Amino acid sequence: MKDPVSRVARTMQPSGIRKFFDVVAEMPDAISLGVGEPDFDTPWHIREAGIYSLEQGRTFYTSNAGLPELKQEVSNYYRRKHGLTYDPKTETFITVGGSEAIDMAMRAMLDPGDQIIIPEPCYVSYVPCARMTGAEVVTIPLQEKNEFKLTAEELLSAVTEKTKLLVLAFPNNPTGAVMTREDLEPIAKICMEKDIYVLSDEIYAELTYSGEHVTIAQLPGMRERTVIINGFSKAYAMTGWRLGFAAGPKEILLQMVKLHQFAIMCAPTTSQYAGLEALRFGDKDIEIMRESYNQRRRYVVNELNDMGLHCFEPFGAFYVFPSIQSLQMSSDEFAEQLLAEEKLAVVPGTAFGSCGEGFIRISYAYSLAELKEALTRIRHFIERRRQG
Amino acid sequence: MLREELLRLIRNNSRIELKDLAVMLGSDEATVANEISDLEKEGIICGYYTLINWDNTDEEMVDALIEVNVNTSRDLGFDTIAERFYMFDEVKSCYLISGRYDFLLLLEGKTMRQVANFVSSKLSPIEHVTGTATHFIMKRYKDYGTVIGRVKKDNREKMSI
Repeated sequence: MKDPVSRVARTMQPSGIRKFFDVVAEMPDAISLGVGEPDFDTPWHIREAGIYSLEQGRTFYTSNAGLPELKQEVSNYYRRKHGLTYDPKTETFITVGGSEAIDMAMRAMLDPGDQIIIPEPCYVSYVPCARMTGAEVVTIPLQEKNEFKLTAEELLSAVTEKTKLLVLAFPNNPTGAVMTREDLEPIAKICMEKDIYVLSDEIYAELTYSGEHVTIAQLPGMRERTVIINGFSKAYAMTGWRLGFAAGPKEILLQMVKLHQFAIMCAPTTSQYAGLEALRFGDKDIEIMRESYNQRRRYVVNELNDMGLHCFEPFGAFYVFPSIQSLQMSSDEFAEQLLAEEKLAVVPGTAFGSCGEGFIRISYAYSLAELKEALTRIRHFIERRRQG
Repeated sequence: MLREELLRLIRNNSRIELKDLAVMLGSDEATVANEISDLEKEGIICGYYTLINWDNTDEEMVDALIEVNVNTSRDLGFDTIAERFYMFDEVKSCYLISGRYDFLLLLEGKTMRQVANFVSSKLSPIEHVTGTATHFIMKRYKDYGTVIGRVKKDNREKMSI
């Protein structure tokens, strides 16, 4: 009898964290610091633009690569923010969230036998998407002592002749780490010397609290070897709209759009009209949300350090990644016991790679009152552990 | 610490404790306390109120918006006339406005009759008032940025990567 499923699919490791999520879902009275999405509703003027597009009967496919005016806005965005020029027609394209763009970029750039370097801890889809292409995955365990930034030494020790692509995801999920221009310069130098391309996942770019976000594509010589992935989910609180975009050199984007055309047709039309409103008139919304996240970020970091859970200061996204190593328990044990005893869900660091052991991810995309309650529960939990 | 950031933070929630405010603004308690005290002295922070939906209490309460037209003269400008309006306790808000009327007052009373009496016996007789139009508020949907009676619900999945 033939195996109904492919070997590739069967041998792919499912995300280990799913089981824990199911346990949480079955505890209706549990509270959570476990979400990876904003707590704001999509600003009304953006929702209204989506509704209006439906009223106007904009219910058809758009062109494969997305609405021309939206691609123009993406191009404008990079000119305005980073002084980068992308031809809207050939060097930008609209995707079903950042996730699709990650998949398409890897498929468009990797062959079996190529090597891809993925620094961990990181978002869960890079490794599986890379494996689907048959490429060889090399992970780099980032260090807390480096504030979870990628260093030139770490990169150099992982690079081989076969290295084709480097994934950079800053501001980072789950650590909240950012990389400044000074941090990126030595990385860019290595990429040029060793002829390595970069997939830069910048979905949290707008949520940077230590000055303007810098993309590696801004550094001299890097625009031609970088595909930037970005989207509307985090910046405009639009996760459910499933809308993202990519910008990069024509040669790569052309292949990405081709694959996207066969797999997806086009991103949802309603979402694209909403996205157009967001890019044109949403700067103020981002400012308001960023200020509010930043206040909560300071609050959570301060509370965690105060209760003795060492936490380096993250300057991006809406996560903190405190160390639980002082408690002599694993991340999974911490998360499971915290849920059982305090009915509070957090994500164990190991969900983002084995080097996340010893850490937990806490999201601060919650109201101050919710954060207060949740942090009090963590405090009780660790006080009991320290006494026992 | 930016004073505008402090103002934006307490604008919608004046009950955040001082120690939390200090942390959230990346400052310390003494600095924030001084800043608030300065803002009060400078008349920038003018008061702290509670937004109450009286409809859900046993207390009878009726609000009306009253447009008022006046005649000004060399000796009697808008500011002087405004004072004649806003000194009444019943007048909760008083604005000079552009458009067909000169003033807009927000009036609070126990009953419609009480409001009507106020308009006819106190407001209209004021010298230089040439006309009024009273609009009773039938239902309040949103006040000061808050949708009345809507409890915000977290519609997110409890866990996501």
